[in-house]
Amino acid sequence: MKQTLITLIENKPGVLHRIASLFRRRNFNIESVVAGSSETPGITRMTIITNEMDRQKRGNIYYNLLNLVNVVAVKDVSDLPCVTREFILIKLQSSLGQFRELNRLVKKFGARIVDKGSETIILEATDEKDMIDQLVDALNPFNITEIMRTGKISMRKGRTHNVLSETISANADQEKWQPEQIDTYQ
Amino acid sequence: MKKRKLTGAEIIWECVAKEEVEVVFGYPGGAILPAYDALEKYRDKIHHVLVRHEQGATHMADGYARASGKVGVAMATSGPGATNMITGLATAMMDSSPIVCITGQVPSSVIGSDAFQEVDITGATIPVTKHNYLVMDINELADIIKEGFHIARSGRPGPVLIDIPKDIQNQSIEFSYPETLIDIPGEVKSSGANDGQLKKFVEMIKASKRPFILAGHGVIISEATANLLEMAEKATIPIGATLLGIGGVPKNHPLVVGWMGMHGDTWVNQAIQKADLLIACGMRFDDRVTGNLKTYSPNSKKIHIEIDPAEINKNVKVDLPIHADLNEILSQVLPNLDQQDHHLWLNQIDKWRSESTGRDIIHQDPETLMGAHVIRKIWEGTNGNALIVTDVGQHQMLEAQYYEHNEPRTLITSGGLGTMGFSLPAGIGASFYEKDREIWVIVGDGSFQMTMMELGTAVQENRNINIAIINNGYLGMVRQWQEMFYDARYSETPIMSPDYIKLAEAYGLEAFRVENLDDVIPTMRKAQKQQGPSLIEFVVEKQDMVYPMVPAGADLHKMIERPVNITNEKKITNNQESLV
Repeated sequence: MKQTLITLIENKPGVLHRIASLFRRRNFNIESVVAGSSETPGITRMTIITNEMDRQKRGNIYYNLLNLVNVVAVKDVSDLPCVTREFILIKLQSSLGQFRELNRLVKKFGARIVDKGSETIILEATDEKDMIDQLVDALNPFNITEIMRTGKISMRKGRTHNVLSETISANADQEKWQPEQIDTYQ
Repeated sequence: MKKRKLTGAEIIWECVAKEEVEVVFGYPGGAILPAYDALEKYRDKIHHVLVRHEQGATHMADGYARASGKVGVAMATSGPGATNMITGLATAMMDSSPIVCITGQVPSSVIGSDAFQEVDITGATIPVTKHNYLVMDINELADIIKEGFHIARSGRPGPVLIDIPKDIQNQSIEFSYPETLIDIPGEVKSSGANDGQLKKFVEMIKASKRPFILAGHGVIISEATANLLEMAEKATIPIGATLLGIGGVPKNHPLVVGWMGMHGDTWVNQAIQKADLLIACGMRFDDRVTGNLKTYSPNSKKIHIEIDPAEINKNVKVDLPIHADLNEILSQVLPNLDQQDHHLWLNQIDKWRSESTGRDIIHQDPETLMGAHVIRKIWEGTNGNALIVTDVGQHQMLEAQYYEHNEPRTLITSGGLGTMGFSLPAGIGASFYEKDREIWVIVGDGSFQMTMMELGTAVQENRNINIAIINNGYLGMVRQWQEMFYDARYSETPIMSPDYIKLAEAYGLEAFRVENLDDVIPTMRKAQKQQGPSLIEFVVEKQDMVYPMVPAGADLHKMIERPVNITNEKKITNNQESLV
């Protein structure tokens, strides 16, 4: 399971630079970053996916992000039930002869044709990463000329989790990053 | 609060003065000219020190901050003025020193156009500041300065840079000082330890037979000396200091057994390796402290009290992490702590100590003047009460070994970054706070030549500092590594010095040269009598090395100790294993 971090940041100039600089400086590997507006004005919400598998290092990434002054809150949702989605645009150079087969695939994957040109077709799809991967594989015979994928976005299932209002207690959170579980202190 | 019409430049000084800043170290230039022009109106509140290089300004602010515990302030112009500050910012970042650097920037309308002396200094300093700001609206200026000072000094202290375009300095607004800090939603505050953690803390000490306290810079920053000693006394726990923790625990206390790490005391490193409980207080398990992480203190449980959560479990996995202010935690733990006796453990450490004493150069009587002996004499000649500012290299390690500090904030040294050229400017900065205490800048010949232009600042400001140059004609620590690990190929480590006496004369300060041990104290007395700066050049043995030493990445207990007779055997061939 990759590390998934939901991060709320102040919408100020240069904040993305600060986060990118942190990952660069600490030698953390980002798999994807998606940023966009949140329910709160002035607060940008990011979903950051890292390749880090080690719990201790995951904790280090978490606290370094939290230490950034413009980062308002961070939640590691790697082990929590989430809805996770990725969006893709695909351009195909395709003749009309293949259209029936293409339509079948579009239906199967719940994708949509959003542009039909004389020589090209643009598809869009939204799904979990694995399904998007399968869609791309299935479309390979149709001469894919361009792909744009957004990377993953995540939201926790269940009651509204306002990351902002959840108190950040490092002393409770610290246990989460322990290499192996020791006593609980509460 | 009544409003007045002020320019951005005036607002800078209004806000800086409100932070109880009495001295600013800086260098004027094009983009910061409005601020320097407005300074004339604030002369009664703020003393400005004209430096010779902006790096010097940052180290002076740093030295002032470390001596006082208050925020040090440096100022420079845009472009090269700002980039010259980067080394000082990185130094302060590594050693958690609260400084605020204010830089001028080209007018906001031309930012991004490669204007004259334009550099994206906020972009460039993101990795070496705790936080930084580019002020694009004069209405935000006062709030940003207030917030910047707060961030620099709160939590784990660190450097903050505030970049202010020239047009913002020139604009005027109706000004009233923001009495309250605006909310910083992203600020990480410690919630303090919970009851479970405190209970566990006490239980772990109770269960321990060989506990050991690691006292870091956090002891000094958190002002936790008294509580830490009380805890140690109550449960008879020996204490070792990190380089930056020296002074935070008094060396003359029977439980303070020494300092740890690469050139630390053998018995302290042995105690760490053999301990069954490490209590790490405000420190970050730097590689110079741990040696090989795989074999570091293998049989101990570890408690780590640290204000920066990102330092916990970073290098060393700990059993009880506590993200909190050290002094607060110690005061909560103390009432629940039982009296304990660990005298067997203390005796064992004493035994290790006595085993390695015979190897110590200080107990030998070499023919040439040795750096170690000079430091020891400086300690004697100042009754151990001076504020010592060191540079980086062999002399720095010798200082830590042979000058015994009994009070916090009496040793200022660049630990984490190891910035050569730090000491002279840092000593000048410290002298603006520490007016009664004698100040000695101890510096190598290599380090001194990196920032010796600040002699001009010391003389112009008539600072009462004593400069001790330990001159061995080499970049000594690098030379030591070449001798030990590069088959004695001394690539580019012999270094020429100017005639320091003539140099000092050119700057108009008294200078002395010492070549014999017997002359050390009498010459010190002459220097001590001088009003204003004085300089002593100690010409010492060229080829000496600092022992003991843990080679980089080696196991902490595998220290290389000094050969028994230094005159017969200079070359080290065996890796002494001092702990079997």
